Amino acid sequence: MKVDIVVTVNGRKYTASVEPRLLLSDFLRDTIGLTGTHVGCEHGVCGACTIHLNGDSVRSCLTLAVRANGMDITTVEGLGTPDQLNALQHEFREKHGLQCGFCTPGMLMTGMDLLEKYPLASDDEIREGLSGNLCRCTGYQNIVAAIRAAACLRNRSAP
Amino acid sequence: MKPAAFDYVAPNSLEAAVEALAATNGDGKVMAGGQSLMPLLNFRMTRPSTIIDLTHIAGLSFIELRDNAVAIGAMTRHAELEFSKLVAARLPVMAAAMPHVAHLAIRNQGTIGGSLSHADPAAELPMLAVFYEATIKVQGPGGRREIPAEEFFVSALTNCLEPDEIVFEIEFPVLTSHTGWAFEEVARRFGDFALACIAVSIALRDGRIADARVAAMGVADTPLRLRQAEDALRGGQVGPGSAAEFAEVVRSCLSPADDIHVSAEYRRHLIGALAEKALLKAGARATGEQP
Repeated sequence: MKVDIVVTVNGRKYTASVEPRLLLSDFLRDTIGLTGTHVGCEHGVCGACTIHLNGDSVRSCLTLAVRANGMDITTVEGLGTPDQLNALQHEFREKHGLQCGFCTPGMLMTGMDLLEKYPLASDDEIREGLSGNLCRCTGYQNIVAAIRAAACLRNRSAP
Repeated sequence: MKPAAFDYVAPNSLEAAVEALAATNGDGKVMAGGQSLMPLLNFRMTRPSTIIDLTHIAGLSFIELRDNAVAIGAMTRHAELEFSKLVAARLPVMAAAMPHVAHLAIRNQGTIGGSLSHADPAAELPMLAVFYEATIKVQGPGGRREIPAEEFFVSALTNCLEPDEIVFEIEFPVLTSHTGWAFEEVARRFGDFALACIAVSIALRDGRIADARVAAMGVADTPLRLRQAEDALRGGQVGPGSAAEFAEVVRSCLSPADDIHVSAEYRRHLIGALAEKALLKAGARATGEQP
């Protein structure tokens, strides 16, 4: 069985005929070639595959590609470019919020949604927000620092 | 780590979904938010012939006040409950519990109907349904029926639904006279399933507990209403002494099991400690203090 789907990814429309069992993470990486989304555990624990679906962060390994039919997706490729990083990516570079980079796409996509929805008034709140994203290199210190810096920037530019 | 093949239908109405489910003769699986089902599919622990996806059914996602109850559509996502002003005002224990439900990315997809149907004994929403005496409304081929939450959960990951029934709405009566409440949970890491958890809510009259509601989870194969503990609270006052006694009553009501995470003994100790803390917090809130 195959199902025809139309999805918008980072502003561009894609049509494809997919098996119902195809994970959205595999659709993004293998079907349309956007390998910025990383795949770690494939059962919703590590957070590496986090993307935005209709504006909300979700695990792309816990979403079927067919369910995203008609929906709007943003992946890490949609945040900024190497020449023009977005504010959070800029802070990750400034604060050295990454080492090997495997968890980084998930950290960024989670961080963007946390910045959208929570005050992030304390490091505890940031750490709770990041508790669904695993990093095996950094010890999280600099990831927290990067998100804290982005939250300060956000608060300053808020009306 | 990839699901086995299945057929997929995404009906536009609840009736069509029930029909599609019935047509699979017990081999189909309903997908709401998919946040419990997807890991099971990825691990191939379940291999349904057909997935019936409820995403495209209109009218199953809402939070509204009806008389003295909050009615919640089955496809309402956890994050919507977490950020709802109505939930915060009328179901404060639910509002306090929602940030403990997994992580934001899971709460953005997972639904109340899915969580209740999955019936994990260490998940927050089944426990909240038992705590609030919620009514779970389901539709099957023969029509609709209403199930009290306490009867809904049969054992771990097992509910009383017929194979062709689907939850479409849950009604949570508001505990109007209860002015003090607390939700206390301990998990290994924030967002993990609870090792133990208790919810306490009280109504005070002339400084004494006139009414009490107590439920616990993570300590049995279903969420539990602790009526014996409620009876023990009624007529008493809130203080360090009564909180310690309450802890002992709660411990005596429960016989948790050992599992891979912690020993039964630790769990019993933990639930008592949480009970003590919860009662003191509920008491503080009832007398207008910020715990």
